[in-house]
Amino acid sequence: MLDLILSIYAIPVINILVKIVAILVPLLLTVAYFTYIERKVIGYMQARIGPNRVGPRGWLQPIADAMKLMFKEIIFPSGANKVLFIIAPTLAIATALAAWAVIPFGAEMVLADINVALLYILAMTSVGVYGVILAGWASNSKYAMMSTLRTAAQVVSYEIAMGFALVGVVMAARSLNIGEIVMGQSGSGIWGWYMWPLLPLFVIYFVSGVAETNRAPFDVAEGESEIVAGFHVEYSGILFAIFFLAEYANMILISILAALLFMGGWLSPFEGISFLGLGSSFLAASSIIWLLAKTAIFMFLFLWFRATFPRYRYDQIMRLGWKVFIPVTIVWIYVVGIMYYAELAPWFVKG
Amino acid sequence: MKHLTQFFNSLFLAELFKGLSVTGRYLFKKKITVQYPEEKTPQSFRFRGLHALRRYANGEERCIACKLCEAICPALAITIESEEHEDGTRRTKSYDIDLTKCIFCGFCEESCPVDSIVETRIFEYHGEEKSDLYMTKEKLLAVGDKYEEQIAADRADDASYR
Repeated sequence: MLDLILSIYAIPVINILVKIVAILVPLLLTVAYFTYIERKVIGYMQARIGPNRVGPRGWLQPIADAMKLMFKEIIFPSGANKVLFIIAPTLAIATALAAWAVIPFGAEMVLADINVALLYILAMTSVGVYGVILAGWASNSKYAMMSTLRTAAQVVSYEIAMGFALVGVVMAARSLNIGEIVMGQSGSGIWGWYMWPLLPLFVIYFVSGVAETNRAPFDVAEGESEIVAGFHVEYSGILFAIFFLAEYANMILISILAALLFMGGWLSPFEGISFLGLGSSFLAASSIIWLLAKTAIFMFLFLWFRATFPRYRYDQIMRLGWKVFIPVTIVWIYVVGIMYYAELAPWFVKG
Repeated sequence: MKHLTQFFNSLFLAELFKGLSVTGRYLFKKKITVQYPEEKTPQSFRFRGLHALRRYANGEERCIACKLCEAICPALAITIESEEHEDGTRRTKSYDIDLTKCIFCGFCEESCPVDSIVETRIFEYHGEEKSDLYMTKEKLLAVGDKYEEQIAADRADDASYR
């Protein structure tokens, strides 16, 4: 009996495990070097040169950081709820990584090709917020509690705006499957991407994404200058590193989603463009390189924002979320509906 | 009209794009970081670092134990005891500067009538225990002997401004 089960399931399970490793290892490496690039880019924008001491040009800095955090002692505050204290970062990292299961890296390169991928991602990122909220609550610390309250209010409000922004994409693509959303943008190169008809939703999606990941200028949850480090003020060692990892994995997730949903994913911007014969050159071929390049643009934007904007005041964040973003998205969803019925080319042509 | 332009400015995030362009430009600007142990910033000849006691060219100590520096020291870091030297001159028995008290204001140097106590350019010193930072007369004279050339050159450079 066991033999039978093994013979049926062993190959697919190994197959899936290999795919998971193939996604997670590059992802975690990207996270590690994203922190390095963040310090470099922000340093450069402040006329500094950033880390350059560990290894050639500082390339080993993230590895040194990771080693340091791994060997540090984990301190449990005496008043903390120990179980929740450990569950919180686990929840944060688990959801941040699980969301990557449905991300396609090419027409056929996807781990779980499910029909409700977009919904699944929204669900995962929403559960991830509980990691932050639990962390603040379990720490039994005033600053952490304050940060938890802020996060709960902020992330919940921006999730609405983000959800509405994605509704526009779903209406345009008539599908929740990310691969199909990307293919819906094919055919006319850069002009066929959904960022043009959905421009306001695109901007709102990305800004909400910045707010969702608690990054500057919406980082009141961390608020170094106000509440020390917010929800992870009591965390040290590897537990702190896990929060860090989850935050950066989420940033990359938001970036790759923006590239997939609004900028044609792995499609080339020159596809189907007759100008200068670009449409038939090798540049027009779809490839994962296009996807990664587009993702890199958004990842850079995260850093650029952080280097530029001062932190929003809490009430301004709430005002922006509820009184600007949500009304704009609702209005634009109606506009998308009109474009849909007008079968506006090239985005809304019924295939 | 003013409200309208303001509305559109904030709707299209005009100010934010201005900010982004500033940081975007700085990304490509020359970096001003001085990589400290390998590179150093230029120092003035008026730099006020570690103290030193000087001697005349014939090896005689300059200090006459007038105690002006002790009197002016705002941090009360200087302690001097005087005695009569065998040739009948007034000399210091001990001359101590507590570097943990010193605020490096340079008043001792200003007040000195014989240019004996000076502050050198040395700032990269350390002490492994507190007593290492308690400069006695011997230590101060040793610093002065070692860096006399530099000290004299700095005084000469500064002389025209006095």
